[in-house]
Amino acid sequence: MKTENNQRQLRGIDKWGLKKSPWVFHLSTGSCNNCDIEILDALTPRFDIERFGIVLVGTPRHADVLLVTGIVTVQVLPRLLHVYEQAAKPCFVIAVGTCPCTGGIFDGSYHHVGPLDKVIPVDVYIPGCPPKPEAIISGVVKTLARI
Amino acid sequence: MFSHGALDFFYVIIFPGFLFTAVVGLLSTWVDRKVTARLQWRVGPPWYQPFADIIKLRAKESIIPYGSNRAAFIIAPVVGFAAVILTSTIIWIANIYPQSSFVGDIIVVIYLLYLPSIALIVAGSSSRNPFGAIGAAREMKLMLAYEAAFLFAIFTVVVKNGGIISLGGIVNYQLNNGDMLAQGASCIIAFIVCLLYLPAKLAVAPFDIPEAEAELIAGPYTEYSGVSLAIFKLTKAMLLFVLPIFVLTMFAKTVWTPWVILWYVLVLVFIILVKNTNPRLRIDQALKFFWLPILGLSVVGIILASVGL
Repeated sequence: MKTENNQRQLRGIDKWGLKKSPWVFHLSTGSCNNCDIEILDALTPRFDIERFGIVLVGTPRHADVLLVTGIVTVQVLPRLLHVYEQAAKPCFVIAVGTCPCTGGIFDGSYHHVGPLDKVIPVDVYIPGCPPKPEAIISGVVKTLARI
Repeated sequence: MFSHGALDFFYVIIFPGFLFTAVVGLLSTWVDRKVTARLQWRVGPPWYQPFADIIKLRAKESIIPYGSNRAAFIIAPVVGFAAVILTSTIIWIANIYPQSSFVGDIIVVIYLLYLPSIALIVAGSSSRNPFGAIGAAREMKLMLAYEAAFLFAIFTVVVKNGGIISLGGIVNYQLNNGDMLAQGASCIIAFIVCLLYLPAKLAVAPFDIPEAEAELIAGPYTEYSGVSLAIFKLTKAMLLFVLPIFVLTMFAKTVWTPWVILWYVLVLVFIILVKNTNPRLRIDQALKFFWLPILGLSVVGIILASVGL
């Protein structure tokens, strides 16, 4: 079930470019909307993540980072894999909130496939229900350090 | 000193062509993003942000979607890009050597300016994506909306200066007789029409109808990634520089004075302020806006010009 991690390692100026302009695609796999609101909080003037070149894009083709919120349900699994395969590589995956990290209170449910890293490779986990915008920004910074 | 071919290569690739236009265009998009951020009480991105975007996109994977028309999908961005480089070269050469016999006239520039929009239409239709298809259809309607008024405005200048249609001739005429803008009411009306044409041609708000991100994801760009998307972004950035310079060449012979910077920044700030204070129009509203008041205004301009005002 797990997709291959077919990332290319970028070097030199390409690496600099990716570090300075990570475009984010926000993918909700059926979360309770709480993490999504916290992600949108990070875009507000108070936090202003465009300072670091982070822009929210509408299509996985443009994305460098997939922010996944919510548990991976049986229904959403094929769509999740589809979106991950559509994203132009190198593409990093961040699990936002307790649900994609572990499954949280849904762990063991009949509709729960498992934590996100069972399905696609995950680079950074941001636990919390919901995580604060500060935590999300810190998670993105840690992702950039891994590039 | 240099052969003719080497000089042409220099013109197209380095000074008025690719490199110069790309750098100034990308800096203009930074000004756009920074001013937008300041208007929203944010800090905004650093000056190298557009360059980082282009460098990153160039390094990323380029995906050709299954079922798309491969040839059209790959060629479309390159055609628009080449057209913008050529337009910029022609406009600047006409400004640098207004005496030279032929470097292209207004008709050539107008045709070349169609190409980026047509490339966008081809890109949207060939990418086998419903958002791309709708974006392409809207781009087509938007072109129908603004082109008539723009052509009338440009030909007001031609009527006014006695039928000169070469760019070098218009620059020469202005060097001898003063700026076109100071020649009468008809030229001021035509200039206003051209200013309203700029946001529509550049597809920024309130006329960002083809790529309305809340409805159409990214319109014709939806399926593009990697190098092709980088070329599209670069084309858009270069248009942000080339179009105001073309309008300024037509109406004010500014290119060889320091005033060109002031004029260009004024036009840029006008575009940014309009963008940040107006919500997006529907396509029918944009069509109505351009075909009734703006086309009427430009017709009034051309009538005034033909009676000598």
